[in-house]
Amino acid sequence: MAALTEPTLPVQPLPPNDLEEVTPDDLVEEGAPGASEDHMLIAAESYEDINVAIDEQYHRGKDEKDKTKNEIEQSARELSIDDRSTTPSDEGRETPKEEVSSAEGKDRSNSMLGNRDRPQHVEEECYSPEWRQRQKHVFILSEAGKPIYTRHGNEDKLVTTMGVMQALVSFVQDNDDNIRFMIAGSHKFVFLNRPPVILVCVSHSVCFFCFHRFMIAGSHKFVFLNRPPVILVCVSHSAESTQQLLLHLTYVYNQIISVLTFSQLSKIFEKKSNYDLRRLLTGTEKFLDNLINLMDRDAMFLLSAVRCLPLASSVRDIIGQSIAQCKAKDLVFAILVGRDNQLVTVVRMKEHSLHPADLHLVFNLVDASTSFQSAESWTPICLPKFNSNGYLHAHLSYLDEECSACLLLLSADRDVFFELSEARQKIVTRLNKYNCLQAIRESLAKGSYKVAQIGIPDLRHFMYKSKSTAQYTSSELEAPYTEEGERHRLFGMYQYLHHRVHNSARPLKILFHVGSKETMLGWITSGFELYATFGPLVTKPAAINAINKLLRWIKKEEDRLFILNSYTY
Amino acid sequence: MSMREIKLCLLGDSGVGKSSLVVRFVTDTFTANLESTIGASFMSKTLVVNDTSYKFQIWDTAGQEKYRGLAPMYYRGAAAAIVVYDITREGSFQTLKDWIRELKQYGADNIVLAIAGNKCDMEDLREVSTRMASDYAEENNAIFLETSAKTAHNVAQMFTLITQRLPSESLLPQGLTDSGSIQLQKRVSASASGKKSCCKQ
Repeated sequence: MAALTEPTLPVQPLPPNDLEEVTPDDLVEEGAPGASEDHMLIAAESYEDINVAIDEQYHRGKDEKDKTKNEIEQSARELSIDDRSTTPSDEGRETPKEEVSSAEGKDRSNSMLGNRDRPQHVEEECYSPEWRQRQKHVFILSEAGKPIYTRHGNEDKLVTTMGVMQALVSFVQDNDDNIRFMIAGSHKFVFLNRPPVILVCVSHSVCFFCFHRFMIAGSHKFVFLNRPPVILVCVSHSAESTQQLLLHLTYVYNQIISVLTFSQLSKIFEKKSNYDLRRLLTGTEKFLDNLINLMDRDAMFLLSAVRCLPLASSVRDIIGQSIAQCKAKDLVFAILVGRDNQLVTVVRMKEHSLHPADLHLVFNLVDASTSFQSAESWTPICLPKFNSNGYLHAHLSYLDEECSACLLLLSADRDVFFELSEARQKIVTRLNKYNCLQAIRESLAKGSYKVAQIGIPDLRHFMYKSKSTAQYTSSELEAPYTEEGERHRLFGMYQYLHHRVHNSARPLKILFHVGSKETMLGWITSGFELYATFGPLVTKPAAINAINKLLRWIKKEEDRLFILNSYTY
Repeated sequence: MSMREIKLCLLGDSGVGKSSLVVRFVTDTFTANLESTIGASFMSKTLVVNDTSYKFQIWDTAGQEKYRGLAPMYYRGAAAAIVVYDITREGSFQTLKDWIRELKQYGADNIVLAIAGNKCDMEDLREVSTRMASDYAEENNAIFLETSAKTAHNVAQMFTLITQRLPSESLLPQGLTDSGSIQLQKRVSASASGKKSCCKQ
């Protein structure tokens, strides 16, 4: 219901001559604030999963058919062209490359009346008004068309809908691997087929469901991600770009892999293509739900980075040392995470680094469940980026009564629970001895920092990502963004800004966006990404000045805000 | 006072109340709609019976099918296993039978089996009769009690009965009992037999 009310406003990418005028301070050249040579986390680019052929990782051994690299690149380009047209400020659309059919158009006229003459006995969710008004839907189905998951409603009541989705996907699969556009009335389907991934984006929704008279009018977007043996679909009428929705689907897919591993998932469907995967996923729906909700409000996914709990570097060093001293057999990663998905530290085996996407799944695991709070737990978890075909075994425990920080010890050996439990006890003793847990609690209680602390007038909020460390920092959300609707709108604006600067067809270095409620600035360099929100009346030079001042402040505080050196086993 | 460590694991269908039973036993509290367990969780609690203190090391496993393959990790080397079903769900009793079969086949020879028919406070929704369950328990030489984590009915008793059934060999270090050496005697305490200890007569 909470529609994005951001009016379409002129966007002003800086003209080239302006760029010269606003050259960044020498500070930037010295190395971005928060930069580090330490490889605790793998530096991840936004959308790397989508723009790079990561599919190889998931589909080793699957033949790539006759798809050439060129075609893939072509497809990627097409995707981004379509993307641009879905931004809130730009309604214009590219001409479809290839029209397949317009026959479905005639059905559309009936779509609004659909409800009236629908068969009464059918109880598909899509007839329920509440269900249809949801801003974003995510569906997962097997290649056989069996429902696996729906974000809203009951997947048992979506059998027909999922069947249609499956039909659409296989329709494209039966044809060449080339991108296809389909026009139905005034609506457009964009199919993107990058074997083994099929992506379908449907904008100006009515068309897709209108054959079945399911859908209300409005501008919905359908995004399909086909990762055999499952198909993931996202339907959204939020302002997110196709790439961002694809990113969400990729995370949802990774979450499933994290529960089952890729090899298990494919084995199951090899054996029985009509297997009901829900049997294996029962009890884990909450992780999917929580993940999708998190992605709607937490910038870590968008930025491919993690946020660190602000701590004095001396305290963080003691924590890192304490954890690193307590070794155990085959212990690969030790992760300490504070409430609200803030990373305290990661200690890792020397030869392994963590990918932020894996860390996000770990955060989600901790965030989604309260069942770890009562006792030490021992659970298998697959980190898809680390190894999508096997499990690590995680010892999970909160370190104090208040459950302020959760320690995860990830080992490759499934029989070392007691060894890890002992190590954990030693860590707790040590951390208490040096008052580290107290420091963590204090930092959590204090929250992030107020933007006023930085002393830049008119700066309302910012997010800063240090690329080399895959970490980001952001100020607290303050008025006027304390209310849920406004917060949501601001997040939408950041998504928009992020989308514009990362547009693969037309990447921008710097973007100054003047809106009626705020002015925003996005700035990408080789070392960092910065997104800042100012009051609506801020001028370009003032904003640039402010940003330079902000960068100096971050540089000064980098020891506290970022983890610059990590410990290894 | 002598001290014995007892490794114990809970098995059973998801949602039958394994975690609730453990939480009731360990902390004597009850939370309705506890979240489902992920993987397995570990707790310990010391119980004193007849001047012997028993330190229970309890593995509370998740009931979902996907964790099924991990179960041997927990019941292997366990001195006792409590298999739980929900008296208001016939299906959970069928799952229980699978577990008992698996434990007999792959568990330690002298493992003490206990069957808990949980949620016995919900008599009006009962689907599994006490008689049937206790007969089944007897056939399989298992302790049987109907329990309620909500009202604490029979929860502590369950663990007490287990301590009475433990073969004396368990006094030896854990490693020896687990080595598969021949167990000549299995002491079966008469008081532990099923019928009279059920929730409703």
